[in-house]
Amino acid sequence: MEELRKKARELLERGAVKVVIGYGPGSAARTRAVFVRKPEDADQLILNDQCTQNLSVYLTKPEVKTLGKPAIVAHLAGLRSLVQLAAENQIADGQVLAIGVSPEGKLAELPDLKAVEAYLAGFRFELSPEEKAELDKIERMTAQERWKFWQEQLARCLKCYACRAACPLCYCERCLAGNNQPQWIPVASHQTGNLEWHLIRAMHLAGRCIGCGNCERACPVGIPLSLVTHKLGEEVFKNFGGRPGLSSQQEYALGSWKLEDKENFIG
Amino acid sequence: MTIEIKRLKKDSLPRLFAQLQAKGRRILAPHSRAGKTGFEELSSSGQVAQDYLQTTLSPKSAVFPRCEALFRYTFEGKEIKMEEKPEPAPTVVFGLRPCDAASFAVLNAVFSWDYPDALFKSKLEKTALLSISCRQADDYCFCTSVGGGPGDTRGSDILLTEMGSGDYLAEIITDRGRELVQLAPELFQEAPAPGKEKHLAQVPVKFDLKQLQEKLPKVFDSPQLWLEQSLRCLGCGACAFVCPACVCFDLQDEANRQGGVRLRCWDSCGFSLFTLHASGHNPRSLQSQRWRQRLLHKFSYFPDRLQTLGCVGCGRCSRICPADMNLLEHLKTIAEAS
Repeated sequence: MEELRKKARELLERGAVKVVIGYGPGSAARTRAVFVRKPEDADQLILNDQCTQNLSVYLTKPEVKTLGKPAIVAHLAGLRSLVQLAAENQIADGQVLAIGVSPEGKLAELPDLKAVEAYLAGFRFELSPEEKAELDKIERMTAQERWKFWQEQLARCLKCYACRAACPLCYCERCLAGNNQPQWIPVASHQTGNLEWHLIRAMHLAGRCIGCGNCERACPVGIPLSLVTHKLGEEVFKNFGGRPGLSSQQEYALGSWKLEDKENFIG
Repeated sequence: MTIEIKRLKKDSLPRLFAQLQAKGRRILAPHSRAGKTGFEELSSSGQVAQDYLQTTLSPKSAVFPRCEALFRYTFEGKEIKMEEKPEPAPTVVFGLRPCDAASFAVLNAVFSWDYPDALFKSKLEKTALLSISCRQADDYCFCTSVGGGPGDTRGSDILLTEMGSGDYLAEIITDRGRELVQLAPELFQEAPAPGKEKHLAQVPVKFDLKQLQEKLPKVFDSPQLWLEQSLRCLGCGACAFVCPACVCFDLQDEANRQGGVRLRCWDSCGFSLFTLHASGHNPRSLQSQRWRQRLLHKFSYFPDRLQTLGCVGCGRCSRICPADMNLLEHLKTIAEAS
């Protein structure tokens, strides 16, 4: 933690960045995002197991961008979001300095995309046995059971869009859910409206979502969204190879065509 | 109207539920799903969530559901046939807290303001509030700072306070409360010893409301303050949706060639498109403007126009906020600023 504060202080003092986006003490035992701009405020920064929010969500928030070039404290998920944002032209190289935090808590200053990508190359990204088991449980259900399961889970959805707001990759200034000319998705939180919202969000995230869990943590009614995000990651990996958020040159799996793509579904 | 005091034994709850239901009352009570609690229609008291300090979702859905049909219609040739509106069922909301009971008056203030909302009123008139006072509070609670309290009777028809024995001291407050007692009179027994205060949580006052209200209009034009407060806000609708006093809604028409429905759905001033005009102009295009509006709406505009605060200090917004905005902290900052 001291090392992080020292690094933040030093980055701000020498003007390498204008703001350090990190974790600070929050309400009760929680942590919250802090935006440190003065070197003397670097002591606000903390690093512990409560620091789970993927802070990369703030990199595309308009008012955060007005603060100037940021350094961002990022665990592996945060780093992958950063790379994915770069792959989608939302961040230019050199526009963000990453302070990587390894699973053991070791820090690494990563000044550009090349450094972040090289750092990420040293890790394996697979679901844990527990996460695989959870997906397995759903996959072993019949189609009827699976439909019933999801209808029950989604019945609680309020359409508060906390999942969307918390997601680093939902940065569209005008989400299609807000359109009523035409109305692509019913706004209402009834059965159809809830199902369609979650389906559309899943499809818009496939090939892009790195499974940080911000959405599930943000949901006020406890919908198990990580089941969806993890499944998406596995399906994309299985069908297209590669995982998002590891290379800023990676093409969008669902939007690019390769000669080797399967055609076994074409007549 | 004098408040009558009775004893309701803890083991009478199942019978109370059964008798209220036998007399045609729908009971909404706290129920747990995936670790979060909300008010649902329950068939027995055994389904009521235990050990909740405060529910995740508020009971406003009893009178202001998250998605409700204002009217339905079918097309018959060139004619439009409106469907008969079903009568709302008489309802008892059980297990809400004193802060929640006070919130119904806030909702009513809005729905009676420039236009008496018939749909809301028809539900409110058929809804009785059987509240349970608070033995515990957490750091997010601030009812006492906004004129409420853990044993406050405002808004409740009956207020239950759990005593050491596990039995409830029942305060029968309104005529509607007396009506409820008449549906199961043998369950409401002789009053216990007075002194409910010793069973209530301690909720210290956390800020001076008068000071806050004096300062708020003065800080309207402090863009730096609002920016600082709102930097971590994600702009989701969770706070507005769990709030018992938030009442903004969106109207949605869904129709096809056979007919359709007009739906009223919860909305939030935190959404970026909330104030988007048809012209394309958005007077609150920045999150800081939207945060400012949320605070001022509840603590300045509401008292000015409706003679009631728009907040009951239940703390739900802060407990649920994924960015840990903590409204109470922001209010204190403004109230205490020189």
